[in-house]
Amino acid sequence: MLSLFRTIWEVLKHSVRKRETVQYPEEKPDLPPRWRGRIVLTRDPDGLERCVACHLCAVACPVDCISLQATEDEHGRRYPEFFRINFSRCIFCGYCEEACPTYAIQLIPDFEMAEYDRQSMVYEKEHLTISGEGKRPGYNFYRVAGLAIGGKDKGEAENEDPPADPGSLLPGGRRWE
Amino acid sequence: MPETLRQILIAVVVLLVALNGAAVLIWVERRLLGLWQDRYGPNRVGPFGLLQSVADMIKIFFKEDWIPPFADRAVFVLAPTVVFATVLMALAVVPFTETVSVVNLDVGVLFFLAMASLGVYSVVLAGWYSNNKYALLGALRGAAQMLSYEVFMGLSLAGVVLLAGSFNLHTIVESQRHLWNVVPQVLGFLVFMVAGVAETHRLPFDLPESESELVAGYHSEYSGMKFGMFFVGEYVGIIVTSAFIATFFFGGWLGPWLPPIVWFLLKTGVFVVFFVLLRASMPRPRYDQLMGYAWKLLLPLSLLNLLVTGAVVLWRAS
Repeated sequence: MLSLFRTIWEVLKHSVRKRETVQYPEEKPDLPPRWRGRIVLTRDPDGLERCVACHLCAVACPVDCISLQATEDEHGRRYPEFFRINFSRCIFCGYCEEACPTYAIQLIPDFEMAEYDRQSMVYEKEHLTISGEGKRPGYNFYRVAGLAIGGKDKGEAENEDPPADPGSLLPGGRRWE
Repeated sequence: MPETLRQILIAVVVLLVALNGAAVLIWVERRLLGLWQDRYGPNRVGPFGLLQSVADMIKIFFKEDWIPPFADRAVFVLAPTVVFATVLMALAVVPFTETVSVVNLDVGVLFFLAMASLGVYSVVLAGWYSNNKYALLGALRGAAQMLSYEVFMGLSLAGVVLLAGSFNLHTIVESQRHLWNVVPQVLGFLVFMVAGVAETHRLPFDLPESESELVAGYHSEYSGMKFGMFFVGEYVGIIVTSAFIATFFFGGWLGPWLPPIVWFLLKTGVFVVFFVLLRASMPRPRYDQLMGYAWKLLLPLSLLNLLVTGAVVLWRAS
């Protein structure tokens, strides 16, 4: 019986407690930088697309909301001909970001993506691509990968040795210089 | 003629104040529940969310007013009006000030008790004629609960009537000029308070409705403005019960400095807030516990109260 009155008193004490509600449109929540929100495609430090159209994100996506088509430019650089994310399906799990070998696809702390038209939830490459480098500044896939593309031959990448000469008798196949 | 006109005017004003009061009370309740749950409650529509009830009312008017094909049409439509009419009738005998009340009945207490019991019909008819098992279960509970709490609601008031020597509500208020009834009748007050909560079937005694087990109990099948009638009836019921608690036990309009009507509204308001506080803090008892409280605890208590009060009154008279 006494516990009833105690309960009432405990509830009454909440009259002077601070309220927990965040008054959303006026007061924005403080989102941490690794918050999983809207998906973007980033660029490398040279301002070129990071995406090499490997399809790993589309494979990793559990709801199949990513669709892309690979193609190559005249330098042999792979890039997506189109890149489409259907955000009405996306569950913001971040698996695409984990799967991406070139840090191209990233989730950013933005969730205000409401639309009146369902079709507007489908983002094309021009809607997804941002001008900056996102969470990985300074990373350039083609400058660290051994792949030869136009303007960068084998062995010219950062921290890369020149290709081994199979005919050489020197250790490590080094060339005589 | 001016006397009749004045009575009609009072009746109209009371009706308007009560109905608007119920609308404001819905907002007050939601804001207070928010406060006690560390959130805000409705605060967007109008200043402090005051127009929320207006918005809800407009919405409910546009809702489809559906009558289930398996329900008994005539009674189904009639049921919500019963609760609405009875609580408004009970409001008619409330003495707002010494001179202001809709009617000054010599059997005011009995009239109030009669109207409170008639409210049961609304619950029973709504539940029964909805032809829905959850509604029927809610109605069964409602009938048993309200009838058993009715018994000692009347008994708890007997002490007040003995002290005042009258069933007239004005005389009862006058008799508290020197000492509020809550002091000599503290048992009666506690019992009446509990019975009042059970009569309005508010939490923690909302077993006829108990939305967590019976969908919505007796008004499961109701929608639109018919549901609105139950809803408004319940909130007017809170106001009426609070007004009667203030009248019977806290000296009604009596009080120093402030005008009588302010005192009356103040006392009523305190109990309205207490009703909301009860809802915010109390869990719903099991059904057998509810009936157990009624017959094993509150009925003996009110009988004891009546016995002691009667003895004291007789002793003083001799």
